[in-house]
Amino acid sequence: MDFFQILALIVPAAIVSAAPLILTALGGVLSERSGVVNIGLEGLMMFGAFIGAVFTHYGEQWGLGGGSPWMSFVVAIVAGALFAVPHAVASISLKADQVVSGVALNFLAAGLSIFLTKKLFGAGQTPDIQERIGKGDVPVLSKIPVIGDLFFSNAYSTSFVAVFLAFVVWYIIYKTPFGLRLRSVGEHPMAADTMGINVIKTRYISVIMGGAFAGLGGAIYVASIAGNFTGSTISGQGFMALAAMIFGKWHPLGAMGAALFFGLAQSLSITGEQIPLLKDIPDVYLLILPYVLTILALAGFVGRADAPKASGQPYEKGKR
Amino acid sequence: MNLIKGRLFHILVPVVSVLLGLLIGGIIMLVSNYNPISAYAALIDGIFGNGYNLGETIRAASPLILSGLAVAFAFRTGLFNIGVEGQLLVGWLASVYVGIHFDLPKVIHLPFAILAGAAAGALWGVIPGFLKAKFKVHEVITTIMMNYIALYTTNGIIRAYMLAPGERTKDIKESASLASPWLQQLTEFSRLHYGIVVAILAAVIMWFILWKTTTGYELRAVGFNQHASQYAGINVSKNIVLAMAISGAFAGAAGTMEGLGTYQYMTINNAFTGVGFDGIAVSLLGANGSVGIIIAALLFGGLKIGSLTMQSAAGVPTELVGIVIALIIFFVASSYLIRWLTNRFTKGGKI
Repeated sequence: MDFFQILALIVPAAIVSAAPLILTALGGVLSERSGVVNIGLEGLMMFGAFIGAVFTHYGEQWGLGGGSPWMSFVVAIVAGALFAVPHAVASISLKADQVVSGVALNFLAAGLSIFLTKKLFGAGQTPDIQERIGKGDVPVLSKIPVIGDLFFSNAYSTSFVAVFLAFVVWYIIYKTPFGLRLRSVGEHPMAADTMGINVIKTRYISVIMGGAFAGLGGAIYVASIAGNFTGSTISGQGFMALAAMIFGKWHPLGAMGAALFFGLAQSLSITGEQIPLLKDIPDVYLLILPYVLTILALAGFVGRADAPKASGQPYEKGKR
Repeated sequence: MNLIKGRLFHILVPVVSVLLGLLIGGIIMLVSNYNPISAYAALIDGIFGNGYNLGETIRAASPLILSGLAVAFAFRTGLFNIGVEGQLLVGWLASVYVGIHFDLPKVIHLPFAILAGAAAGALWGVIPGFLKAKFKVHEVITTIMMNYIALYTTNGIIRAYMLAPGERTKDIKESASLASPWLQQLTEFSRLHYGIVVAILAAVIMWFILWKTTTGYELRAVGFNQHASQYAGINVSKNIVLAMAISGAFAGAAGTMEGLGTYQYMTINNAFTGVGFDGIAVSLLGANGSVGIIIAALLFGGLKIGSLTMQSAAGVPTELVGIVIALIIFFVASSYLIRWLTNRFTKGGKI
């Protein structure tokens, strides 16, 4: 097996497993850059996955055919946004500990999504969806030698959506007035307030947008990888997205890069048996790699990662 | 009316939160066409109804007490240990390893196995503690990462070195077991074991360390204000590492409840046990105090065990209890809301 064949095996698989991570990590970036820690990404993603599975299934029954997953994405975006509201209310208005509130959100998602699955379908899992996001060659681009085969053949359209949205989020955060407000509120809310920026409102918008992204990430995971929703569909991807966000230093494009890298590690642990050199390495090492790297990054061994200054602190007007 | 302030308020918040959680859980059941009254009746029956249920409730509460203590101990020093889950897993593995591979009389073997679990958990907790003290890395993120490292590593170790048929390790030797035929017989053959004694002992130890020793005073001082502690000559870094070590030890001991008590072996876990995360809920509801934690653990253990009867007798999915627990955490965390509401009522609308 030559080097190129190995790449052709790993790279597409990496991009596929990265798409949901990219989107969820972007959700985390939006929320945390505004100063609200979001441990609830896992729960938001889980709820999005549940909504994605349910509405793709219903879409098929309503005769939407191939449009069903895309319709479910729209619903999952709305559902993710709504599901982030309790976290926003608790951690922004009620000044709860943001980590605790995020943990509660994870509990709530796990309980609610399986409770509703049992209620709707009378079983612990949703029916398998028929209309998955298909693989396809991108016209023109797939004809480019080497790169075309690696990135644009047999690719999922959702992966391109994820990469595109990473650039959109980058543009929003760094090139628009709203993005400037979002960042200022996360770095020094009091200064931002003095300058007339509505801290509470900006944080609410950011957290809710973050929820929408994480919800979409979950729905895409179901439509492209899992195929249905059970209690174990989302088990740790949200936390891995959190890791990607930190490893990417709270920057949308950094988070995308980290998510792609973690996707690579995940796909290596699955496809590794087919690759001569990696066959002998126990997959434990590949499985723990993303988490070890994140810790090293935080400790400053792989480029220092610093959180937004005001993240984790509720804002109280007039407090010193 | 200053009654609502101080001690009473600390008791009021958890009680009101539990009631609100159960109330909203009832509304969810009503909306989804279940009968909340018969469901809650089944739930209560599932907790206290007979000896077996009561035994199972106490059994489920034992690791919850320890994981709650682990979260609370770190909290008292101003640290948020979300890594209880991972520390629990390595503690579980270490205790099972000692239980299988050593041949000692029970008086030595059992304490040795429990201490091995606690030591493994402590070691797993020290890593985030050290990173926090030395590099100022936020412990919430590192402990989450350490959870996954623990999950995959323990699975890898079992698969490589300790595998027995059935995706698990061999059974531990009888001399390292917490199981008690007497307690089982007393509770209509539930899986109740002596772990509850260990858990209550640990609660006493936590109270003693925090409130009756100089070390505990320093730990709490660091929790209140790191800078002031530093100024007063307390070694903040040392206390952070120490707090994470002791917290991890409690978590590791929670793992021994599963390894030496309930299961007598360790399985290859596809996902987390959930006991560590529940510990966050327990410590929050128990207001980080020893007595509160025991009560909260019994409540959550009861809810979990009772939900089984709720599903079989009233047809309500067990996950409803998960929703109720999530709501309780939200309400306790948002105690600002309850404080605001009570002040409204007691002061007749005036702030």
